[in-house]
Amino acid sequence: MTDALLISGLTKSYGDGFEALKGIDLKVPQGDFFALLGPNGAGKSTTLGIVCSLVNKTAGKVEVFGHDIDRELARAKMNLGVVPQEFNFNQFEKVFDIVTTQAGYYGIPLKKARESAEKYLRKLGLWSKRDSPARMLSGGMKRRLMIARALVHEPRLLILDEPTAGVDIELRRSMWTFLEEMNRQGTTIILTTHYLEEAEALCRNIAIIDHGRILRNTSKRELLQQLHVETFVLDTEKAMDSAPALNGYHTRLDGEGALEVDVEKGNGLNEVFAQLDRQGIRVLSMRTKANRLEELFVRMVEENAEGQGLKEVNQ
Amino acid sequence: MSPHAILTAFLTIVIREVRRFTRIWPQTMLPPAVTMTLYFIIFGNLIGSRIGQMGGFDYMAFIVPGLIMMSVITSSYANVVSSFFSMKFQRSIEELLVSPVPNGVILAGYVAGGMARGLSIGVIVTLVSQVFTDFQIHSLALVAVTVVLTSALFSLGGFINAMLATKFDDISIVPTFVLTPLTYLGGVFYSIDLLPEFWQGVSMANPILYMINAFRYGFLGVSDVNVYAALGMILVFIVVLSVACLRMLARGKGIRH
Repeated sequence: MTDALLISGLTKSYGDGFEALKGIDLKVPQGDFFALLGPNGAGKSTTLGIVCSLVNKTAGKVEVFGHDIDRELARAKMNLGVVPQEFNFNQFEKVFDIVTTQAGYYGIPLKKARESAEKYLRKLGLWSKRDSPARMLSGGMKRRLMIARALVHEPRLLILDEPTAGVDIELRRSMWTFLEEMNRQGTTIILTTHYLEEAEALCRNIAIIDHGRILRNTSKRELLQQLHVETFVLDTEKAMDSAPALNGYHTRLDGEGALEVDVEKGNGLNEVFAQLDRQGIRVLSMRTKANRLEELFVRMVEENAEGQGLKEVNQ
Repeated sequence: MSPHAILTAFLTIVIREVRRFTRIWPQTMLPPAVTMTLYFIIFGNLIGSRIGQMGGFDYMAFIVPGLIMMSVITSSYANVVSSFFSMKFQRSIEELLVSPVPNGVILAGYVAGGMARGLSIGVIVTLVSQVFTDFQIHSLALVAVTVVLTSALFSLGGFINAMLATKFDDISIVPTFVLTPLTYLGGVFYSIDLLPEFWQGVSMANPILYMINAFRYGFLGVSDVNVYAALGMILVFIVVLSVACLRMLARGKGIRH
């Protein structure tokens, strides 16, 4: 099966000699929910900008559903929907006009464009705002407007560059649900995000990019297996002044008084509960701390930074 | 894209452009009507009655074609330069860049939008002029061809200005320091026969002189220059500027990193 996105040897150099991308290889299978993670300036937006034709590449090859952007750019674009990081619509246009106009750019006749615009504005909770100028929308609504606009031509590959930046938790969760539903219906999704729990919650495959190079491109599962320690959060019946000492485990209280226990891979949880039971501590509920990917990400980026530093010293 | 899809994309751009300038009509359509009414009252009626005849016609009849053309030129240019630069500034140009619309269609859409505004203003000014004078039409075809080509040419000029502009100042420099002087010195208010021989020669280097005279010939049947040479020159400029615009779009000048 053709990959939704295939990138090989992609480089981007600017006039001042700065190399934003130093030979990126990336493969995103059809139907995937893929995260491209990296610190600021790592090359995420440049990579996606090249795929979307907003940035001219220096060298390399990009294919969208088998369509090379050098030879079949229009076909590649027909398969792409893009939600950029920053608001990029005309603030004075009406919400409905912005979405139908975008459909028109893809050659969709007006009647069908209106139907499709209504479908996605309703799905994203913006139908009641259809006659409002875009500048009157809240930040969260503007983000949803950009998603509706990106979907109006029903692309097979949806690219989202930090779609939930500055969005409150409730809205972020509803956007996750919406994106998961789109993915279940067959849309391949690539997102960049600074919220690593977002990538952990949504994505199946993850690439980590830094200083214009891909550090890792693998499944989330495989990535998380590299963590030797997992943190569990336990809500106890009685509030504690200090964390109880558990033989063989690190413990601490989090900001809200819940007990955090670091458990090394291979060690079961039975011993944790047995020790707590012996100390008369009853556990009401338990969850994993959702920052596992963050730990790994920080570690990888730090290792890469050390490597970069070493290289500079050696040069 | 199929031909039908390309047509849809083209019409989408044109409709959006028309919607834009009609939405802000107090800024785009009213000022030329007011300004030209003042020109007709002051230069045509008050001063013109003392001037007498120009080129064998009443002064009011003489300046009407030039004033119509001046409005068309200014409005066509202003529409494209402000609309396209605003899209660059707000980054909504990215809506077009990520879509499969071919560069030629983007250019054609914006030029058609500029022409729509320029020609609408031309019609409004023509109607206003009817209040002050009854003018004749020597050749309706020549009037139509000249005004359509000139409007297209200055829409292209506005497009190039918008592509090259990096700040709002850049989109007012050309209209203020190039377009307005060339238009005023292009024979809107006088025949170049009135000028000394040297300045007549200098005036012949002003392309707007040819456009205004070709247009005036369509109304009055008199011109300071060869009308067909003027039309040929406009066509050559259109081809040259179109090629320049397409090259800039292909390179992504000012719109892609």
